[in-house]
Amino acid sequence: MNRLVLWIGCIGLLLGMPRAAMAEEARLVLDGSTTVGPLAKAFAEYYMQQNKGVNISVSESGSGNGAKGIINSACDIGNMSRAMTDAELKAAEEKGVKPVAHVVAMDGIAIIVHPSNPVKALTLAQVKDIYLGKVKKWSDVGGPPLPIVRISRDTNSGTYEVFEAKIMQGDRIAAVVEYVGSNGAIRQRVQSTPGAVGYVGLGFVDRTVKPLEIDGVMPTKETVATAKYPVSRPLYMYTNGQPKEGTHLCTFVNFYKTAKGKEITEAIGFVCPPEK
Amino acid sequence: MGVPRSASRSLVLSKRAGRIQRLGSLAGKGLLLAVTSSSVLAVLFIFYFIARDAIPFFRSRGVAELFTALEWYPSGRPPAFGALSIFVGSALVTVGAILVAVPLGIATAVCLSDVLPFRARQYVKPVIEMLAAIPSVAYGFFALVVFAPLLQESGGTLLSAAGWVVGAPVAALAVVVLSELATARCRGAWQPAARWGAAAALGVAALLGLRWATRGLAGLEISSGTNALNVSIILGIMALPTVVSVSEDALQAVGRELREGSYALGATRAETVVRVVIPAASSGLGAAVILGVMRAIGDTMVVWMASGNASHIPKPWYDLTQPVRTLTATIAGDMGEADHVTGSERYSVLFALAIGLLVVCFTLNLLSEWAVRSTKRRMGR
Repeated sequence: MNRLVLWIGCIGLLLGMPRAAMAEEARLVLDGSTTVGPLAKAFAEYYMQQNKGVNISVSESGSGNGAKGIINSACDIGNMSRAMTDAELKAAEEKGVKPVAHVVAMDGIAIIVHPSNPVKALTLAQVKDIYLGKVKKWSDVGGPPLPIVRISRDTNSGTYEVFEAKIMQGDRIAAVVEYVGSNGAIRQRVQSTPGAVGYVGLGFVDRTVKPLEIDGVMPTKETVATAKYPVSRPLYMYTNGQPKEGTHLCTFVNFYKTAKGKEITEAIGFVCPPEK
Repeated sequence: MGVPRSASRSLVLSKRAGRIQRLGSLAGKGLLLAVTSSSVLAVLFIFYFIARDAIPFFRSRGVAELFTALEWYPSGRPPAFGALSIFVGSALVTVGAILVAVPLGIATAVCLSDVLPFRARQYVKPVIEMLAAIPSVAYGFFALVVFAPLLQESGGTLLSAAGWVVGAPVAALAVVVLSELATARCRGAWQPAARWGAAAALGVAALLGLRWATRGLAGLEISSGTNALNVSIILGIMALPTVVSVSEDALQAVGRELREGSYALGATRAETVVRVVIPAASSGLGAAVILGVMRAIGDTMVVWMASGNASHIPKPWYDLTQPVRTLTATIAGDMGEADHVTGSERYSVLFALAIGLLVVCFTLNLLSEWAVRSTKRRMGR
C-alpha cells in the first residue's frame, strides 16, 4: 500500500515537474540572492557528489530575481536574503503559485572594535551615527578621546548588504569610511588599529577583536539563531508549495537540517537556524 | 654593341623578373609593417573596447557628474557616480610616490654612475633592481600588515626621523652654498672669517628650522595607517628600481668624452655632474621619471589593500595621512559585483573610469615623448 502511494507520488511528480525527466536524473534550478548563493552552491556540490545523476545549477542574481523565478516558475528554488514582500506574494497568488519559505540559515554580523577599546555596547542608532560621520570620536559614545576609524566591506559583499539594510536603513555611509575587500581584512585592520570599528560575519569574530553588544544583546550563535540580536536576518529558500516527501527537491531544501548541512553552514560563516 | 647578349641578359632584369622582385620586396615590407603595427592595433583595440563599454554610461548619465561630483555610491538607490574624489586620490598618491621615488632614484643613479667606484656599482645595482621582482601583492601585504600599524603606533617619530635624514644633508648643502654666495663679494684677508661666520649663523638657523619642522611632525597622530602616505611611500619604493635603472643608463650614455672634456676645462667632479652630465642626460632622466609615474599610477594591488579606499578628498587636500581611493582600486574592487549585471550603469562607469586613467597615461606618455624630443633639439643632436 505504502509502495503504491510512493509510486503514485513519483508519477505525479514526473507529470508535475516537466524539468525533471526521471526521478533519478533530477535537475534543480536555483536562482536568487548572492548571500545565499555560496551556501546553496556548497550544498549543491555536496549533494551532487552524494547523488549521482542529480544536476543542480545555482545562479546568483539577487533576491528580487529569486522571487521572480518562483513567481514565474522559472526556477525550483528561489534563494532570498529577505522575506518576500506583500507585492511579490500578491503577484504569486495571481499566478497560482504558493511560495513556501524555508529558513536554511541565519546571518548575523558583529560590530567589532580593538580589544583595548573600553566601549562595550552601542545602540543601533549610535552605530548608524558613527557610519554617517556624525559621531567622530570615541569619547562621544563613552570611550577614549580617539578619532573613530570606520571600516566597511566593499559594496559587493552580502555582509555590506545586511549592514546597509539593518543599520543604515537607506541612508548613505559617509565618504570617509574605509573599504576593504574581505571579512578577514576588516578583522586585520581592526585588530591593529586602536580607534577602529568594523563589522564582520559572526564566524570571523575571535579573540583578537572585541564584538560589541548592540541594543544590549551580545552577538552569539544563540542570539543570532533566535534573531534576538538586531543585526541578524534569516536566509530563505523559497519553493512553490511544500515539496513532496522523497523528491530531490524536498531532500535538498531540508539538507540544512542534516549534520553535514550544519557543518557546511558553519564553515561558510552562517549560523544554523534553531530546530523547531 | 660590344656587349655580348648573354652578359646583358644577366645584368639587366627582364621586365617580369623586375616586377616579381618589386612585388617580393613590397610583400616583405608589408609583412614587417603588419608586425610593427600589431602593437599599435592592440592599443587602438584597447581604446575601442573600453570606450565601447564606457559610452553607455556617458549617454545615460552625462559627462559632468563623473568628473565634478563628489558622491560615489555606485550601489546606492538611487546610485551616485561622482568620481572627482577618486581622481584626486589617484593624483595625490601619484604625487606622493614621485616625491619619494624621484629625488631618491636620481640621487642613487648619480651616485652609482659618477660617485661610487665601479666595483660597488656592480653589486648595488642588481640589489636595487631586485625590488622590481617583488610582486605588488607582497608590497600590499607589507603595507597593510606591517607598515600601517607602524604608522599608527609611531608615525610621528618615524616622520620626524625621516625629516632629519632628508633635511639635514639638504640643509648642510644649502648652508654651504648660501654662505659662499653671501660672502662672494668680500675680498681680502677677512673673507674666510666672514664665510665661517655666515655659515655658522645660517647653520644655527637651519638647525632651529629643522627642529621646529620635525617637532611638528613628531606631534602628528595618525589614526588610520592605511592612508595616502603609506601608499605613497610603498609606491615610491616600487617605482624606485625603474627610476634608478633608467636614469643610471641615461647617465652612463652621456659618455666619457663629455666628462673628460669637462675635467679638462678645470671643472670639479661636482660641477661636472651638475652642470654637464645631468643636463646632457636630462631627456633620459625625464623618461625615467615618467616611467616611475606610470608604475605608481597604474598599480592596483597596493592601493586596493592599503590606501583605505575612502572616496573623499582629504581636508586639507595635502593631508596625506587620510585615506583615499584611487581609480585602479575602484575598478578592481567594484568589478566583481558589476560583472553580474553586465550592461548596467554600475558596470559601465568602471569603463568610464578606465578611459580617464587611459587618457592620463596616454598624455603622460606623449609628454615624455615631447620632453625627450625637445631636449634632443636643444642639445643639437
